[in-house]
Amino acid sequence: MQPIRYIRPSTVREAIAAHASLGDGARYIAGGTTLYDLMKLNIERPTGLVDVTFIEGLETIDTSGDTLRFGANARMADVATDPIVQSQYPVLSEALSKAASQQLRNMATVGANLLQRTRCMYFRNGYGGASGGAADYPCNKRIPGSGCAAIGGLDRGQAVLGVSDACTAVSPGDWPVALVAMDARIEVAGPGGERMLPISELYPLPGETPHIEFTLEPSEIIVGIVIGKNAAGARSTYHKIRDRESFAFALASAAVALEMSGDRVNAARIALGGVATRPWRADAAEAMLIGSDLTDDLAMAAGRAAFADAVPGRSNGFKVELGARTVADAIMIAAARRPL
Amino acid sequence: MSDENSRECQHSEGFLVLSRRSALLAGASVVPTAPFVRSAKAQDAVSPLALPVSAEHSLTVRTNINGGAFEINLDARTSLLDMLREHLGLAGSKKGCDHGQCGACTVHVDGRRVASCLTLAAKVEGREVTTIEGLSDGDRLHPMQQAFIDHDALQCGYCTPGQIMAAVACVHEGNATSSERIREYMSGNICRCGAYVGIVAAIQDAAERMERG
Ligand SMILES: Cc1cc2nc3c(=O)[nH]c(=O)nc-3n(C[C@H](O)[C@H](O)[C@H](O)COP(=O)(O)OP(=O)(O)OC[C@H]3O[C@@H](n4cnc5c(N)ncnc54)[C@H](O)[C@@H]3O)c2cc1C
Ligand code: FES
Ligand code: FES
Repeated sequence: MQPIRYIRPSTVREAIAAHASLGDGARYIAGGTTLYDLMKLNIERPTGLVDVTFIEGLETIDTSGDTLRFGANARMADVATDPIVQSQYPVLSEALSKAASQQLRNMATVGANLLQRTRCMYFRNGYGGASGGAADYPCNKRIPGSGCAAIGGLDRGQAVLGVSDACTAVSPGDWPVALVAMDARIEVAGPGGERMLPISELYPLPGETPHIEFTLEPSEIIVGIVIGKNAAGARSTYHKIRDRESFAFALASAAVALEMSGDRVNAARIALGGVATRPWRADAAEAMLIGSDLTDDLAMAAGRAAFADAVPGRSNGFKVELGARTVADAIMIAAARRPL
Repeated sequence: MSDENSRECQHSEGFLVLSRRSALLAGASVVPTAPFVRSAKAQDAVSPLALPVSAEHSLTVRTNINGGAFEINLDARTSLLDMLREHLGLAGSKKGCDHGQCGACTVHVDGRRVASCLTLAAKVEGREVTTIEGLSDGDRLHPMQQAFIDHDALQCGYCTPGQIMAAVACVHEGNATSSERIREYMSGNICRCGAYVGIVAAIQDAAERMERG
């Protein structure tokens, strides 16, 4: 880790100005559970940190109007246990409470969570490796053009959807998957002003440029997350399958929210985690449900449809079957929940 | 690694060794327990060692630790865990992984449990930190500490300070209502000795005692 300058602004404007003045090596820091972790591995190498957590008023959770709005600095633990979120949008509360540990959820913010970086072990095996300076394994995310050791390597954890010849790293987060299912929008501010960004546009596919993971412009800061209130929220779940029962990243997960009359599905929102290179909206699975009476077989067919385009590697083929069953189970769990 | 980097590493390693030794020395003469911390004045806390970085890469943190006010000059990269252990001699909080994965470093900041290894020390400016050293009431153990002894909730003891700090918070959060819930909300604390059965029993026992009194 190299020496850093640390700045603690108290407004969004000051934060943007501080970030811009620190130049290329500047990074915002919230809880630090991604950034500081990767600094210790010498993978993130900032020269200046702009701590956003002392900015006033950025922690507000507002569920009073037509929208749910979460200030970027609201902690994962606080949004997870907000009474409205918990009772009317279980998909959101479960995506947060099934992520990381309570210690980390008390530290991490729901805004910075959107920008967490992959847990691909070749990515995390960085400059700090035992052999000294250079990275032990190539990684196109870490060093563009260096190659990908995961392709043809130990790829059990890698993605099967959205992969390219340059990268198969999984988008690790749970919360972004739930937000993609709920069509959240991100409030962003930067040197050029403010804008609203649909969350699906925050995450590019890896393609030939896997080092470009987010579409934020230099010095842009996430200010809040907005979700239009909708009836599907109450009939929803975030179903997460892990190697151990708790405190692990997803092998496969599904965010599902449904609107139904009787057995008939009127609207479906389905997104996948743990299996794709970005939070993955499963349109084909949604289309299969809408307008039909829900049965176990239909849920399973929808699960399979979600993985129709899967491209497994050497050792992660199990994710196709596991993922399809995870979607099917999530659909039936959500359907069994009755709107208030 | 560039020459510049290797110099920097040696330098900071030398610093760490020195300060760990001085922390151990402090531990030998004045055991770093809660009364010591409470009586410590701000100037006692200031690290006597010159920082290995320039002024623009350092900062002064003003914070409250276990009831005592501290003002500490630090390299801006310092974690809360290293500040406690290396600069203040509060070695109760343990470094298991240094990456948020094991919970051995758990402390409370403004009453909430956090992993001190992934918390920049700079972040506790103006906050109240409680460590395992600040949990007991003088010589009277906190009910959670007593329960860990009563239920044999440890073997080597390395994870124990973190387990206890996490467990106290778990009870305060209302997450110690069943053994299933305790397991889920204590999953951030790994015990390599596998003392989990005793740990869950201790938390259930202490939760009752904490609610009673
Ligand atoms: C052991 C461990 C287990 C975990 N398990 C899970 C899990 O199971 N599921 C899961 O989803 N996540 C998991 N995580 C990841 C965790 O959820 C993220 O690290 C966390 O949400 C990031 O939030 P933070 O506030 O700590 O971010 P930081 O590390 O502070 O920041 C993350 C990124 O966001 C940028 N940033 C911060 N704030 C802003 C802002 N306002 N605007 C623009 N950019 C900003 C930073 O520059 C940085 O690039 C785990 C992490 C650890 C360490
Ligand atoms: S040392 Fe902090 S979680 Fe392991
Ligand atoms: S008692 Fe040894 S690690 Fe828990």
